Amino acid sequence: MNKHVMNEAIGETRLDRGTQGVIGKGVDRYEGKLKVSGLAPYAYEHLAGEDVAYGFVVPGAIGRGAIKSVDASKAEALPGVLAVISGDKITRASSQPMAPAAQTIDGEVFHYNQPVALVIADSFETARHASHLVKVEYEAKKGRYDITARETVREPDPMPMEPVNERGDFEKAFAAAEVQFDETYTTPSYHAAAMEPHASVAKFDGDTLTVWTSCQLLESGVGQIAAGAGIDQEKVRVHSPYIGGGFGSKLGTSPDAVLSALGAMTVGKPVKIALTRQNVFQATSRRGETIQRIRIGATRDGKIACFAHECDTTNSPGNGFFEPSGISSVFLYAGKDRRIAHNLVETDCLMTSAVRAPGEATGMLATEGALDELADRLGIDPIEFREMNEPEVNPQDDTPFSSRKLIECMDEGAKRFGWDKRPATPASRREGEWLIGYGMASASRANSLMQSSAEIEMSPDGRATVRTAMTDIGTGTYTILQQIAAEMLGLPLDQVDVELGDTALPPSSGSGGSWGANSAGSSVYVAAEAVIAQFAKRLDVEADTLTLKDGHAIAGNRQIPFSEILNGESLSVTGTIEPGDTSESTHQASYGAHFCEVAVNAVTGETRIRRLLTVGAAGRILNLKTATSQCYGGQIWGIGYALEEELVIDTRNGLLVNHDLAEYHVPVHADVPKLDVVLLEERDRYASPLAGKGIGELAIAGVGAAINNAIYNATGVRVRDYPITMDKLLAGLPDDIDAAA
Amino acid sequence: MTTLKINGVEHELDIDARTSLLDACRDHLALTGSKKGCDHGQCGACTMLVNGRRINSCLTLAIMHEGDEITTVEGLGDPDNLHPMQAAFLEHDGFQCGYCTPGQIVSAVGMLGEVADGWPSHASADLENGATLSGDEIRERMSGNLCRCSAYPNIVDAIETASTKLKENA
Repeated sequence: MNKHVMNEAIGETRLDRGTQGVIGKGVDRYEGKLKVSGLAPYAYEHLAGEDVAYGFVVPGAIGRGAIKSVDASKAEALPGVLAVISGDKITRASSQPMAPAAQTIDGEVFHYNQPVALVIADSFETARHASHLVKVEYEAKKGRYDITARETVREPDPMPMEPVNERGDFEKAFAAAEVQFDETYTTPSYHAAAMEPHASVAKFDGDTLTVWTSCQLLESGVGQIAAGAGIDQEKVRVHSPYIGGGFGSKLGTSPDAVLSALGAMTVGKPVKIALTRQNVFQATSRRGETIQRIRIGATRDGKIACFAHECDTTNSPGNGFFEPSGISSVFLYAGKDRRIAHNLVETDCLMTSAVRAPGEATGMLATEGALDELADRLGIDPIEFREMNEPEVNPQDDTPFSSRKLIECMDEGAKRFGWDKRPATPASRREGEWLIGYGMASASRANSLMQSSAEIEMSPDGRATVRTAMTDIGTGTYTILQQIAAEMLGLPLDQVDVELGDTALPPSSGSGGSWGANSAGSSVYVAAEAVIAQFAKRLDVEADTLTLKDGHAIAGNRQIPFSEILNGESLSVTGTIEPGDTSESTHQASYGAHFCEVAVNAVTGETRIRRLLTVGAAGRILNLKTATSQCYGGQIWGIGYALEEELVIDTRNGLLVNHDLAEYHVPVHADVPKLDVVLLEERDRYASPLAGKGIGELAIAGVGAAINNAIYNATGVRVRDYPITMDKLLAGLPDDIDAAA
Repeated sequence: MTTLKINGVEHELDIDARTSLLDACRDHLALTGSKKGCDHGQCGACTMLVNGRRINSCLTLAIMHEGDEITTVEGLGDPDNLHPMQAAFLEHDGFQCGYCTPGQIVSAVGMLGEVADGWPSHASADLENGATLSGDEIRERMSGNLCRCSAYPNIVDAIETASTKLKENA
């Protein structure tokens, strides 16, 4: 067993030496040619051209209540309909990440448009038509749909963080503070809205079940499908080689996975189900709406004495997951007395779960606005204010930071952006009818390492194949695993193949929480070290003395091709990474700073992003091109969260009103100018053998607040209720704009 | 029977009148390059060229297209012989998950044709005398193609590169 436990800082590695010269380079994506030519098969596209049946979900038509009866007779009488499945096994929504199973409906409707039945037919068109012929009778009950009503309040599960973190006596310190800041911010519910609707194809041969689905975490996904289908997990194989975006919404398996399996076991042929876009919005998962109160006690000269971040968010019955908005407030700024606390308000809406950067994505919209507001009240520059309150160690428990370049990010960003040209007073710079403002915010994203395994097989000709049940959700996993293996083994990139997304391969961390690259990547590092150890043994030298480059081992004055070392045989090793003591002995996070220039139209209230710069530090960057693309993604999600996105809940019945891409507004090309991303050199030797940290979710953290702060600087209007739509700005805009124009 | 001419190849299909052009390709012809993101013309992932003009193939029925020249992403190029637009998307990382990508690429090819034909857009300063390709023109004209991974800045760069390349080739 080749295993590395992260118990201490990693020393110099072959990745540092960079003999092959491929690690970190912005090389093209490994699977890129397949994707641009439409040949990469996503879940629904498997078994194309084969004899399959099609499933269509029947959504419930009330917000909360009991299912009295399901009359499928008209649907079943339609030519081409193979079966109508209803009853308790139907899943309510997606499974929570890593949960043993999805919740089932058990004769009830738990949220509006919850699945209540499945129609299977020999064509998609017939299945869709028949779904409208299924007659469901309900007994409606009163539901709870409004977070502000707080009808049922409970403590959430301690996942992904302890809901309450306290140190000292916040209330006492706040009462005594020279300056007291106390404001409440609200963020709406959001949807991941990945471009590929959740989809599955299931095939059952009477004994084993094969499911192609769109799932970020295959290790837990296979169990969820087995549990839902009522079959032994050993008999289930799941494939997910290409995933059309996840952003957390595919951490747990979606209803189509279990329903296609039930369908295939019922009708005796493979069943395909792609959720409709409306199903995706209403029957998978969403990010919880939040109400966040921030209180900061400070001295008049700008030292934070105490910090409180108290949050309400929602979830449905039986779900303990909560949007951990205070996750970065625990460690981001100094302050002796602290209170970070979360409550769960139980509502009868679609369950809430992880969406890109759970916690930071909503929490930093609040805290980074609060920091800006307080700096403004104190008359201190917002960067200077943050730097004055930079903690030397984690202020919650005094653990040292593994690496932290927040100040460097702010300083580098300020220099590149021209922060010194920021309008000194709000609403003071105009260009015709446009008001111009600058804003900034910090970014941080907690880092984690997960257990993960990978196999490297060296074929007799010296080529390497990396195999792991890891997934690539667009993050660049294929490419960075190829680069790590190539750099470690001293192979040109085209001599390394990568196979992912199959539960028959070594178990992996999966993609989530920005841990994928470091966890799966480290398992490839461990496997490569084991290959090198074998090579060294065969050459009778110490592994450290071997130099590997271009498929040759160089030892002393000998240069031996890998094919010669392998001597006509293949060599296969598996490596495993496990988190260890460094997760406890250090506090690990990625950091960054955002800088934004906006123009707000004084007549219409329209906000245009003019410039947006993110400077980040996330340890070793494995591929500059894909890492930069990840950051663009975060920045643009931040534009959406600041200005556009809001999943509207009808508080009378729990309907998610804007349940499609026409009404739920994600940013489009025209909303996004040319963006700037700068990644600082950093190695975090406590985080992983790669010395890298998570980057996929860093750039969304705080970016919306930087936009908000720029809007305040432009207009003098402070909005604490996201998104910052025109109606919220108009009343506060100057009325002498005609004269100015 | 309906005959569909897709990427220069004629296919005879006995197809349901309700089948969209998109589903005809995905479910009946094993041409899965065109993606279904919304089935309502809201996302652009299904974009195809019909007689050179870009359309949302989820919003049109297959039986309406007998005699038309239909082009999907598979018809532009393959991994060993990429179309300049496909190559530019690869070079500029104009995608991440890749699901909206065929639609973006086909849409971009159609869009360049519209600019060449002198069609103005909301971003055009002059509605009478055609438009010059610019970042703002690309962003305006491509806004019917959503990308949730948000590769937009790279997509714009890719289209600019491909546009130059295509002009050189012409």
